[in-house]
Amino acid sequence: MNYSSYIALIPLLPLAGFILLGIFGRKYFKSSSGIIGTGLLLVSTVLSLYTAYKYFFVDGKAGDTYQTITALKFTWLSFSENVSIDMGIILDPISVMMLVVVTFVSLMVHVFSLGYMKGEERFATYYAFLSLFTFSMLGLVVSSNLFQVYIFWELVGVSSYLLIGYYYDKPSAVAASKKAFVVTRFADLGFLIGILILAFYGKSLDIKTLMENLQSSELAAISAASFVGISALTWGLTLIFIGGAGKSAMFPLHIWLPDAMEGPTPVSALIHAATMVVAGVYLVARLFPLFALTHAALSIVTFVGIVSAFLAAIIACTQTDIKRVLAYSTMSQIGYMMFALGISGYGGESGLGYTASMFHLFTHAFFKSLLFLGAGVVIHFIHSNEIKDMGGLRKYLPITNLSFLIACFAIAGIPPFAGFFSKEEILLASYHSNKMVFAVALLTSGLTAFYMFRLYFSIFWNKNTVVNSHHGEGPVSMKLPLVILAFCSIFAGLIPFGEFVSSDGKALDSHFDPLFSIAPVLFGVVGILLAMWMYKKESNKPKQISNSLGGLYKVAYKKFYIDEIYVFITKKIIFNLIGRPAAWIDKNIVDGLMNGIANTTAAVSNWIKGVQSGKVQSYAIYFFGGIVALAIVFLYLWK
Amino acid sequence: MADIPISHILFVSTALFFIGMYGLFTRRNMITVLMSIEIILNSVNINFVVFNKYLYPDRLDGIFFTIFIITIAAAEAAVAIAIIINLYRSHRSIDVESAEEMKY
Amino acid sequence: MNLSLLIIVPLLTAIVVLLVKGLKQVRTVALIGSAAQLVLCFVLFYFYQQERANGNTANFIFEDNYTWYAPLNINYHIGVDGISIAMVLLTTFVVIAGVLVSWKMERLNKEFFFLLLFLSLGAYGFFIALDLFTLFFFLEVAVIPKFLLIGIWGSGKKEYSAMKLALMLMGGSALVFVGLAGLYFNTNVNGAHSFDLVQIANMNIPIEVQKLFFPFAFIGFGIFTALFPFHTWVPDGHSSAPTAASMFLAGISMKLGGYGCLRVATYLMPDAAHEYSTIIIVLACIAILYGAFATMMQTDLKYINAYSSVSHCGFVLLGIGMLTKTAIDGAVMQMVSHGLMTALFFAVIGMIYDRTHTRQVAQLGGLMKMMPFISTVFVIAGLCSLGLPGFSGFVAEMTVFMGSWEKADAFYRIATIIACASIVVTAVYILRATGKAIMGPVVNNEHLTLYDAGWNEKLAASLLIVGIVIIGVVPFFLKDLISPGTGIIIQKLASLIK
Repeated sequence: MNYSSYIALIPLLPLAGFILLGIFGRKYFKSSSGIIGTGLLLVSTVLSLYTAYKYFFVDGKAGDTYQTITALKFTWLSFSENVSIDMGIILDPISVMMLVVVTFVSLMVHVFSLGYMKGEERFATYYAFLSLFTFSMLGLVVSSNLFQVYIFWELVGVSSYLLIGYYYDKPSAVAASKKAFVVTRFADLGFLIGILILAFYGKSLDIKTLMENLQSSELAAISAASFVGISALTWGLTLIFIGGAGKSAMFPLHIWLPDAMEGPTPVSALIHAATMVVAGVYLVARLFPLFALTHAALSIVTFVGIVSAFLAAIIACTQTDIKRVLAYSTMSQIGYMMFALGISGYGGESGLGYTASMFHLFTHAFFKSLLFLGAGVVIHFIHSNEIKDMGGLRKYLPITNLSFLIACFAIAGIPPFAGFFSKEEILLASYHSNKMVFAVALLTSGLTAFYMFRLYFSIFWNKNTVVNSHHGEGPVSMKLPLVILAFCSIFAGLIPFGEFVSSDGKALDSHFDPLFSIAPVLFGVVGILLAMWMYKKESNKPKQISNSLGGLYKVAYKKFYIDEIYVFITKKIIFNLIGRPAAWIDKNIVDGLMNGIANTTAAVSNWIKGVQSGKVQSYAIYFFGGIVALAIVFLYLWK
Repeated sequence: MADIPISHILFVSTALFFIGMYGLFTRRNMITVLMSIEIILNSVNINFVVFNKYLYPDRLDGIFFTIFIITIAAAEAAVAIAIIINLYRSHRSIDVESAEEMKY
Repeated sequence: MNLSLLIIVPLLTAIVVLLVKGLKQVRTVALIGSAAQLVLCFVLFYFYQQERANGNTANFIFEDNYTWYAPLNINYHIGVDGISIAMVLLTTFVVIAGVLVSWKMERLNKEFFFLLLFLSLGAYGFFIALDLFTLFFFLEVAVIPKFLLIGIWGSGKKEYSAMKLALMLMGGSALVFVGLAGLYFNTNVNGAHSFDLVQIANMNIPIEVQKLFFPFAFIGFGIFTALFPFHTWVPDGHSSAPTAASMFLAGISMKLGGYGCLRVATYLMPDAAHEYSTIIIVLACIAILYGAFATMMQTDLKYINAYSSVSHCGFVLLGIGMLTKTAIDGAVMQMVSHGLMTALFFAVIGMIYDRTHTRQVAQLGGLMKMMPFISTVFVIAGLCSLGLPGFSGFVAEMTVFMGSWEKADAFYRIATIIACASIVVTAVYILRATGKAIMGPVVNNEHLTLYDAGWNEKLAASLLIVGIVIIGVVPFFLKDLISPGTGIIIQKLASLIK
């Protein structure tokens, strides 16, 4: 089968689901909407798996290189001869990989939600939004045009907004959705301006043409053009990276992600763990040949990535809301992916970081969505997000316990679970290019193991909670995704990823080196043991330790006061120093000017009006006075 | 008759005119105002007759005008009194100032 | 295709409205009349596409030219190009939606619908006029009904607003007339002056004359389209007007100005347009960003939308000021897009006001629970306003940005970045309003008994949403329609400047 004959169906089927459920769902498919949405997505998933098979094993390779196939393309809106927004679908290793990840995780979440969201008032709306999200995300990953990326980027953002605000009558959910949208919108401003810069110099919006133009003929022009001493290329890429950092919750634009946990838990699993938040990583990877041209932009990527990874890991150790812990852990893992890209070179052996980053993205999608879905089961069971309400749940939720444990091992990087292989590659790549980054990354990996097992032991071991819940782990629809994802979390790492995905399309040999892995695994094991010592049994050790850390613990618990800084900037500075004066000026000065003109006119006419008093006799006096005056003028003065 | 100089008669009519004018400007009562107007008109009548008699004794134009004015004055008085009565009905007063709001 | 039908149909409808009795008959007639307009406009659109497909490359199609007043060479000259067609289509959508949302107009309904239809007549006439005097005539026709609509059926400080709006728009018209007269007396067609737009376009108006009269025409039309600092009628006027009048005001009237700026000021006086483009851009940027910040502080839904209109219309002026093809395309698209979007917004605000009797954001909350349809429409209008892809606003704004960025100069770059920055501020105020009014807990328990939209409101909103989505999803459609029209304007700009 030719790609173009069916490929468009992959994103369009979820879109059809959105339209169908969005318009008619409430009335006609109140209970069947979940099945409809899941069914359509199942077809998409099968199609994308088929595409992946076909691309990677049948006809994706030209010689020894995976080529980029444009499966579909039409002009959507043309600006000038070369510059136009095209809607297209391209297939290359990363887009095909993302197709599989997105459809697969989305399918799992759809299935899980069948049980989790059952009986919700707006069940159909929920599935409509999920379908919209899936459509946008799929459109994003297959984009052939930079502006197409932006379009779907925004659509992804709005579906995230809608889903975070799904419980619309909860003020905290509304605030979180608003925050998520505004923060990412702010970042998207950078993205937009970056696009404008690149399109201007690259003379195209088509990613392929743009890269060719910029790498060859226009490179001199874009490197020469500078603003504040920084070349236009660096500006453009940095601004685009800001867009990516916003979506991927990188420091300092990460503040929306923890709050976004107000959405339903399956949504967090899909959007805020596995798919949307890695869009920024994907964007950098998509434009990687351009990033490779400028060292400055890549250094920013590295720096932001490693800072986010480390910072988030510290914060995650102190949080008490299980979803927030997971959110910070997501941020930390995405930081890994980001700096892996930042330290990578283009092509050949130096491209190891790129491959590692994509590999980690791939494995992370499975174990992180598994963690969230597991957390979903726990929340469903206990009706609380707080760690203090939990403990000893392993007896009630055996499947969840096991799958959660697997995911924790995966994220902690314990062999032979999936996360081990991908994290290993990232550490190896950083070891070769930047020792400083490597050191921080190693430390972070220890922290990761600690906070994940802190979570695990607190939920499933520790004190025994008295549970009077009558339902167990929930229906099959909730258990099945856990099992499947657990399976993936164990085995996904065994895929020889470098064979398929690399910066230049050529196969990259696996760099697995048992000797090198000793240090990271050791760090992981230490983290786990520490967590076990502190949290397996109920004790006051955690309390003592946090007390002994004092201010440091408090700062981390308060998330380094970054939220407070933002609140200060927005509420105090933007609202008070810009918004209010603007409104005041408009009301009093600009409008005052207009009213002033009107009032002056009115005053003058009022003054003239006084002459017309309505007193007949004074009119008569004016009249005769006038005659007398005229008489005098004509008789005596007019000579 | 002929020995009364024209200036005497004109003096009388001028005096009448200004008396009427004074009344017109100062009186508040509309009836008095109306009477003042009649006085002014009569002073004009005198002027017409006198000039006709002294300047063009062989023609009657001035006298015609006088008769004309008297007729119109009668009609005018009728209209004016009608207005005054209406004003009185609505305002219970025939003070000119009560008619001030008619400017609106 | 006889273009005069566009004027005759609303006129006949308006007359019939005066003849029939009772709300039911009046609104039926008005609806039939506006539906007839809709059909007519689509027929016109179809025929226009046919003509173009058949290779008719004339600047204006379906021209008609009758002498109106020979001694002054005033003609009733009409004709359309792609831009006019786009504006006419916009008008007809807004008109029918306006009639539908006024379905339950209690007081003086006959006069109300008469004025609405009369206003639409003026707008159609304005958009198809090719004679400056005819154009001015229809501009005035479109202004006067607004005064009455706001003064009689308005709310709040309606007398003040009606007066302010009428005076400012009349002031605008006066300036426009000076500009038009200035052009007229500097033309020479066989020894006589001419008001004919096509003839003037073929003439070389001396640059001193252009420089003298361009500001009159541009500011005059600019007042209609909320040019800073003459935008203050917008918030007051819109917020006092009844729903349908707000829709007409923002959806159509403000577009009269933009269209005039483009068709009359820029097209006929291209040298001066180049000369003054910097000032226009500065004013547009001020309007965009400052309008957006001012919106952030508003608490009344109608004020929010009115101020956001100031900001959005800034994009129209920015596009015109940039004088590149893409930017002007974007300006025209923004006119159409904003017309539909803001009409939708006012319609939905009107629906909320009808039910809750308040427009204060703080007194609303959780409307999603009681009226899911209206709330969804509100969210859609909001998302369109903040430029979400898939809706028309995104397409128009991005086209303006792309067009502006074509100018490689720091000044234009900064202007574009300022304009881009407004999309963030827009997101802030739209989401604030949505979050407080539509989502969140129910603030007022009396609101719990409210009912959702009726069929007429659903139809009105759906029509406008369909328009918005069509432009948003298949923008090449609109782009191809207006492209020849903006092309001739650009040609003229390019040919005169060496």
